[in-house]
Amino acid sequence: MSLEQFKDRNVSQNYRFIPVDKPPTAPMDKFKQVLKRTFKGELFVGLWVVFREMVKFNIHTVQYPKEKLPISPRYRAVHKLYRLLESGYERCIGCGLCEKICIANCIRMDTRYDENQRKEVTEYTINLGRCIFCGYCAEVCPELAIVHGGRYENASEQRAHFVLKEDMLTPLDFLKEGKQEEFPGFGAVSPNADERIKKTPLAY
Amino acid sequence: MTLTEFVIATVVKILVVLGLFSALAGFGTYLERKVLAFMQRRLGPMHVGPYGVLQVLADGIKLFTKEDIVPQNSVKPIFMIAPVIGAATAFIALAAVPLFPEFEIFGITVHPIISDVNVGVLFVLGVMASGLYAPLLAGMASANKWGLLGAARTVIQLLSYEVVTGLSIMAPLMMVGSLSLIDINNYQSGGFGDWIVWAQPVAFVLFLIAGFAETNRTPFDLLEHEAEIISGYATEYSGMRWGMFFIGEYANMITIAFLASLIFLGGFNDWGFIPGGLAIILKVSFLFFFFLWTRAAWPHIRPDQLMWLCWKILLPLAVINIVITGLVLMI
Repeated sequence: MSLEQFKDRNVSQNYRFIPVDKPPTAPMDKFKQVLKRTFKGELFVGLWVVFREMVKFNIHTVQYPKEKLPISPRYRAVHKLYRLLESGYERCIGCGLCEKICIANCIRMDTRYDENQRKEVTEYTINLGRCIFCGYCAEVCPELAIVHGGRYENASEQRAHFVLKEDMLTPLDFLKEGKQEEFPGFGAVSPNADERIKKTPLAY
Repeated sequence: MTLTEFVIATVVKILVVLGLFSALAGFGTYLERKVLAFMQRRLGPMHVGPYGVLQVLADGIKLFTKEDIVPQNSVKPIFMIAPVIGAATAFIALAAVPLFPEFEIFGITVHPIISDVNVGVLFVLGVMASGLYAPLLAGMASANKWGLLGAARTVIQLLSYEVVTGLSIMAPLMMVGSLSLIDINNYQSGGFGDWIVWAQPVAFVLFLIAGFAETNRTPFDLLEHEAEIISGYATEYSGMRWGMFFIGEYANMITIAFLASLIFLGGFNDWGFIPGGLAIILKVSFLFFFFLWTRAAWPHIRPDQLMWLCWKILLPLAVINIVITGLVLMI
């Protein structure tokens, strides 16, 4: 299934009502209905339909651990912390908005000033046992630093395995290979953002 | 043939039939799951062995090692013996069915029939009918309301369809003039045009319908409508006792398929260039596939519709068929 098909949930326009006749009440009508149904061969239509499907062999099974359906880019699964593309510094400026807005109260962060008097995040944890994946933290983040990823398979021995900062943060070598893809979900820069930028009046 | 030879040959045949048909019944469950899956655009069992072929093995291990639960208030001896009746009658019925044409192996001529009873059809139908005691006793002994309902449905279904089976087969038997399945088979040795189905199409359809009802297959599987009565008579069963019901059911399906192909579809006579042994395998396979096919395509019917169909439609049709056959034979 392609992503476009998957994202098209607008099926309501294909719905239509099937006219259903009232069941007959008079004995003769009932008898006629029986005769009609007996010799109409509807049973063979049913046989043909399933046989056709078997021969076509258009299998819809997804063998889950081996195959996976594409998920929407706006899917809200386990969080990710991004880095700045050029410098590789963490994007998070330690403003604490996500901690404030979190309605499940599951984000905790600890910050300090580093040698450049820049806010540095020393600890950042999300308790996934409490998180309701509402997406407020990603929405409120002014730097697009915390976003939702697509990792929904979080089976582990302990919930704590998912909540640590170093698990969510993009690894540096990963970033250098250019594999940190910009989050396409809410609040993200549109793909053609460069074309749409107008120069500020200062350039005149 | 001396007595010892006869005993040895019979025992070997019995063992072969028992082993082969238990294995076939197991493999039938795999086929059923695969065919149903393909018809519903699924894949079916895929993980155990290549394409899930060994799923039967996994199911077997599961059934054998499961705890055998006997409910507290059940009638224990009857509860425990009922599945055995189901499996045993299914296999006993196969005793009088000629499975293949005669063939020679190591210089010995083998008649692939355990016992050529001269009333073969009667024997097979009688034993299959007595198989109705399995669900009946199981349902009544298991101290469970679903079981009881399932047992009641068994009785109404199997008893009434037994009548249709008997009457529908009567017309072909009148033409052949013998109850031995080998005689019936030999009657159709003239080739494709000699098949009894061309002379008795109505009887063939009636026999198939009644066969579906007797093996509890889908349009008529009222005994275990999951949505209505959980699992019917088998609700309280677990482990291998439950498995025996199913081996019995699948063996019965194969028996009915053999009967239909022997009586109506030319049996194991050579079919054009196809040798007889292969011909009957093809026919039985097709009928078995037909059992699965209808299960994928058709809905269940209600018990009252079932009775209506049997007594008001099929029974009169069968009787009219017999009368017309008799008139034609006389003239």
